[in-house]
Amino acid sequence: MHKLLEDAPGKKALYLGNEAIARGALEAGVACATTYPGTPSSEISLALFEVSKETDLYFEYSTNEKVALEVAAAAANAGIRSLCIMKHVGVNVAADVLMTLAYVGVKAGLVIMTADDPFMFSSQNEQDNRYYGKMAGLVILEPSTPQEAKEMVGMGIELSEKLGEPVILRTTTRVNHSTAAVTLGGIPTRATEGSFTKNPFQYVTIPAVSRKLHTRLLARLTEAEKLSDESPSNFIVGSGPWGIVVNGVSFNYVRDALSELGIGDRVSVFRMGFSNPAPKKRIAEFLAGREKILVCEEGEPFMEEMVKAVAQENGVVIPIKGKAAGLFSREGEFDPALVRGVAARFFGVKDLPAARIDLSDLPEIPARPPNLCAGCPHRATFYEVKAAAGGRTLINPTDIGCYTLGVLPPLSSADFLICMGSSLGTAAGFSRFTKDKTVAFIGDSTFFHSGLPGLVNAVFNNHNFTLVILDNGTTAMTGHQPHPGVDMAEMGFSGYNRISIEEAVRGLGVKTVVVTDPYKVKKSVESIREALDAPGVSVVISRQICPLYARAVKRPRRKPFAVTDKCRNHRDCVDKLGCPAMSVVNGRVSINREQCTGCAVCAQVCPENAILPVKD
Amino acid sequence: MKPVRLIIVAVGGQGNLLAARVLGEAALSENVPVRMSEIHGMAQRGGVVESAMIFGDAESPIISDGSADVLLGFEPAETLRALNRANPETVVVTNTATLPPFTAAIGRGVYPEMEKILSLLRAKTGRVIAFDALALAREAKNPLALNMVLLGALVRTGRIPVTPEAVRRAIASETKKAFVDSNIAAFELGFEKAA
Ligand code: SF4
Repeated sequence: MHKLLEDAPGKKALYLGNEAIARGALEAGVACATTYPGTPSSEISLALFEVSKETDLYFEYSTNEKVALEVAAAAANAGIRSLCIMKHVGVNVAADVLMTLAYVGVKAGLVIMTADDPFMFSSQNEQDNRYYGKMAGLVILEPSTPQEAKEMVGMGIELSEKLGEPVILRTTTRVNHSTAAVTLGGIPTRATEGSFTKNPFQYVTIPAVSRKLHTRLLARLTEAEKLSDESPSNFIVGSGPWGIVVNGVSFNYVRDALSELGIGDRVSVFRMGFSNPAPKKRIAEFLAGREKILVCEEGEPFMEEMVKAVAQENGVVIPIKGKAAGLFSREGEFDPALVRGVAARFFGVKDLPAARIDLSDLPEIPARPPNLCAGCPHRATFYEVKAAAGGRTLINPTDIGCYTLGVLPPLSSADFLICMGSSLGTAAGFSRFTKDKTVAFIGDSTFFHSGLPGLVNAVFNNHNFTLVILDNGTTAMTGHQPHPGVDMAEMGFSGYNRISIEEAVRGLGVKTVVVTDPYKVKKSVESIREALDAPGVSVVISRQICPLYARAVKRPRRKPFAVTDKCRNHRDCVDKLGCPAMSVVNGRVSINREQCTGCAVCAQVCPENAILPVKD
Repeated sequence: MKPVRLIIVAVGGQGNLLAARVLGEAALSENVPVRMSEIHGMAQRGGVVESAMIFGDAESPIISDGSADVLLGFEPAETLRALNRANPETVVVTNTATLPPFTAAIGRGVYPEMEKILSLLRAKTGRVIAFDALALAREAKNPLALNMVLLGALVRTGRIPVTPEAVRRAIASETKKAFVDSNIAAFELGFEKAA
């Protein structure tokens, strides 16, 4: 039985924030969960995917976030409690659905889980998704701990059903990826049989309908504001004359700071967990009798603007500060000492002395950036594309996945990246207006996610570039989730179809399509050269399974390689490939036997044929 | 209970997340409040993985620079890199078996001398326990049990508010059946080493 299915109400268990959210969905009777994987939200989906194997929970890895939200929106309107999971930037993809789904509303509860990533541990930006709640007119819940994250799924489902609107559950990395003891609740049976009552004049958003729906949404928002004022998620701790307004994980930092500074009796803390619409009455009450207010929130001044607006409406003139020089920044994430320091400065009390070590005499420690794994086929493909170009300058728009790491030397195969799927559109733009050859890279999962429209566009508008699809048979970056091109039987699932990238590409009218095995270097270089020389849009499908995934699905392993004494120390292998299984020991190249996956790419790059399979 | 803050640094694949999990379960089983967090976005791709564990009465799941009471390093250069997390009182437990980053292999940077690493750690922190944990893991006939060796040494410092018995029990319940014996053996070797 899966850990998350444990039937032990009242038991305390150590849960990762993301596991707690998945458990919360089960405790809330969620019967439909949809997602496109993305860190820091991925483990929620992974857990529910596994649970769906053992239960009647419907779970799907949708092709992208927009589709995921559409599936969940329909399920909720058929009376099925639903959860839709994505990372913060995923909401950008789903935003078109979100804005109008707020007009249409839901019948059964729908929680949209968005995981923000302050400091961008694994993201391309650190946008603050609370503004989506404001823009769409939807409730936002923000937990401070894994326990609360679990409970807020159920609370969100309830609020969603009460208001007839989806509810946004917004976390940050430090809630998703922190672990703490969580008290389990019971798991009810799920309602899995839906029905839909037709009512086109509520559900079909033609202008005449939408005008009415907008009016209804605003009325619901007014109702939601009352709920926000009454919500137990908006609470006050302490009764001192100084005030702190805080949300999310920062609440913990504030609590630690107040006890370390010894000013708990002088400060009252307003913890906002139901942050949209603003609990205006509660804020006004909080402001009354306070001397000054510090607003502590990562990201944008969302609550700060709200508190200032409430102060203005109530004629309260006290200092209210948050994002300002010397106080909090809009960049990155907070930590306990940072919050303590800002609080000490703002309230004019002494901070604890810093017990820092002098680090000025530390030697330079070589960096350890993440690197493509040993034997990663992407490394071979990057090498082959360079070789096929034969010294020609290439512009390489790239995309989001492990292969983004191709940006690092010695591969240096990434020149431009904005978002999921952007390799195709930007390749069109670069190739139209520059003389250099454009070769774009996209992974298989990302190709299905949002590469397809870009390819249709390129064929239709007769652009001139080569697209390399790195087909490693999985969504590797986020932990080997499936995508529409994956063999689901190999993962132990049945009832799925499989889409051929090659047929899809040909079907869209691409004339030059070559399929290569990146582990066969010479042949791949020849085929890629043919694609580079073809006019118009050409596509290379570079197909080889991700070795980590291969191991996970128990494919047979290959023999490792070793450097023999034929080596004349050109170091082409190390310098051109940068495989982490290779290192230079006492001036000689050596291969770590445990790490080597036997891909044999280095053996083919070696001009002396000095790299050979290990003899037993 | 006064909070005790532990930072664990490792290279992706060295098993520090499991070590943290074991320690967390041990704490829970003895009703010691525990919070932990980890950054593991690109762990599989050979980057640095860092876990923070806070035992006792504190709410924050992360640890600020200079605030770690204990620093456990799975790789010596990474221990040194994490020195900004420590303070002059910090107890440091570190493996001395190296895993040079590929940047050093392709000539971008030089891996520091072991003597230099250890003397810097000793000069700047409260106490340093350094030994070849990989050798001990091999002695326990399980090179992957490096994490359990280090866990043994860590617990022996007496700075973590969990008993060795609780950790042994957690190893038995949290690690794969086939490896429990060698994991326990590895734990004991580390525990002895830090005596
Ligand atoms: S996980 Fe797979 S695709 Fe990603 S870097 Fe490693 S081998 Fe390459």
